[in-house]
Amino acid sequence: MTAQALPEIDPDLAPANTSVTRLAAAPTVVTLDRVNKWYGAFHVLRDVDLTVRKGERIVICGPSGSGKSTLIRCINRLEEHQAGRIVVDGIELTNDLKKIDEIRREVGMVFQHFNLFPHLTVLENCTLAPIWVKKMPKAQAEELAMRYLTRVKIPHQASKYPGQLSGGQQQRVAIARSLCMSPKIMLFDEPTSALDPEMVKEVLDTMVGLADEGMTMLCVTHEMGFARQVADRVIFMDEGQVVEVNTPDAFFRNPQHERTRLFLSQILH
Amino acid sequence: MTASSGLLAQPFVRRDPVPAAPPPALVGGPVAWIRRNLFSSLTSTALTLAAVLLLALILPPLLRFLVFDAVWTGENRDACRPEVLGRPVGACWAFVANKINYFVYGSYPIEARWRADVFFALLAFGLAWMLWLDAPRRDLGAAYFFVVFPLASYALLAGVPALGLPAVPTSLWGGMLVTIVVSLVGIVVSLPFGVLLALGRRSRLPVVRLVCVIFIEFWRGVPLITVLFMANVMLPLFLPGDVTVDRLVRPLVGIALFSSAYMAEIVRGGLQAMPRGQFEGAMSLGLGPWLTMRLVILPQALRIVIPGIVNSYIALFKDTTLVSIVGIFDFIRTIESARVDPNWAAPTVSVTGYAFAALFYFLFCFGMSRYSRFVERRLSASHAR
Repeated sequence: MTAQALPEIDPDLAPANTSVTRLAAAPTVVTLDRVNKWYGAFHVLRDVDLTVRKGERIVICGPSGSGKSTLIRCINRLEEHQAGRIVVDGIELTNDLKKIDEIRREVGMVFQHFNLFPHLTVLENCTLAPIWVKKMPKAQAEELAMRYLTRVKIPHQASKYPGQLSGGQQQRVAIARSLCMSPKIMLFDEPTSALDPEMVKEVLDTMVGLADEGMTMLCVTHEMGFARQVADRVIFMDEGQVVEVNTPDAFFRNPQHERTRLFLSQILH
Repeated sequence: MTASSGLLAQPFVRRDPVPAAPPPALVGGPVAWIRRNLFSSLTSTALTLAAVLLLALILPPLLRFLVFDAVWTGENRDACRPEVLGRPVGACWAFVANKINYFVYGSYPIEARWRADVFFALLAFGLAWMLWLDAPRRDLGAAYFFVVFPLASYALLAGVPALGLPAVPTSLWGGMLVTIVVSLVGIVVSLPFGVLLALGRRSRLPVVRLVCVIFIEFWRGVPLITVLFMANVMLPLFLPGDVTVDRLVRPLVGIALFSSAYMAEIVRGGLQAMPRGQFEGAMSLGLGPWLTMRLVILPQALRIVIPGIVNSYIALFKDTTLVSIVGIFDFIRTIESARVDPNWAAPTVSVTGYAFAALFYFLFCFGMSRYSRFVERRLSASHAR
């Protein structure tokens, strides 16, 4: 699913208008207020402002090194921001470890390299956090895990180890593993970049399904077809700044900023 | 294939699939194997012949000494003296058989030796439970091995007069009993302690880190023999006159701390091999730092360093012989004192004693080594990457 499909999409099907009404009354779940971050002397995030409403689907794109991964990793505190405020589900991210763990329980994350636990079976990967973090009885956790594994269409692989699965299957397990914690927000950090071309679709289909159920999603991805299909907003970043934010339709049809146009001309060949 | 032969004369589309076929038959049989592995080249042939020659030089005299010329039964030195027997005498196994109780228990009182036997049985039971990977309720097994068993062993061996077990001072303990107790304490203490030290050394808190680094570097920088001398000779000088620490406990603590420092560095190697993604994956699920370590990082990190851990255990097991220098009657020391018994003054008695010791240590170390290979293979088979 790449950008070649773009011209064939009927503009009337783009979700731009519907999303405005759908989200108008929704509460805010993530707020970033002038967030700044440095790696040593390198200014990776510069005055980033962002408000995400419940149920909103946001796609973040941009050249490598633009700070897009760093941005979503700040939301569950895998990276620490040095200035500005981040509020997730009403909890402000500070150095308070309790609050950080509280937020991580509400925010699921899917990584480029899956980060499954290779020493545990697929089922154990999924039940680990519910059992140890939510103190769920084992039988109940396994039932829950099987439900989500069924949803990502790999229930029959439950007793295998991650190393025995294909990349696409592993990524779907990673999605199921996150869902087992019933997160309110899902973060996707380039979930299809490490996959063989033939496996990209199965993962994107899973993500589309998730979006259809109303999950709040922030996705760093270059899958422009996916962005068109599900995103409410597309955010384009460069050099640590938010350069352009728009509905996918307007973003692809009529990019405003020169940098955005250059980027799109490079990837939509 | 025509399609790949350069210039495209005409397009190619496969019509009939090529079925998977078995590999061509290898030239089998022992002769082929020997030719391939032993005589494949001039160097290989030379090395093979040299090895065969070496074996031919070593094996016959060794077997003659240990088996064919050996004396198996007898009550005293006359059994092993060539001038009495009228033939060359090899190993004097009669000496070992005669002294075996001393080698196993040292001077442990004869009427209380059943307690040492119970200890050995409890140990064998615990080891079997822990080492058998598919055993039922291994969590109970661990609780038994790390809590119940040490307490029970202490009560059994040292004695609890209140329970009708008269006290046996450690000065009477000896032989394999002491060797096993010392190495067991070292093995059981050093792993958890080493893990804690390794975690401390990677801690974000500078004070914790500094303490761990100093501890590790101190024990790694001092020879074990110095530690033992310090424990036995110097420590009492620093303690108030009325405080005494048992003379077996002192070197025991020294050995445990010494091996913990080495274990810490082995475990740290495993921790450093863990990719950052594993930490992030666990943390993103809401597992705190301790649960992340316990459930995700340590199980994988320890698995990576199994060869290092076992290597350290083997070294520790052999290093326990050093306690004999500070007056503990371990297995080696019992052999040393038994071999000068005038009742057994025969030419090959000393060599036999040492051969017996070598056999004992070799069996234990080789056992550990094979077991660790088995565990590695099991683990790598169950989750092939």
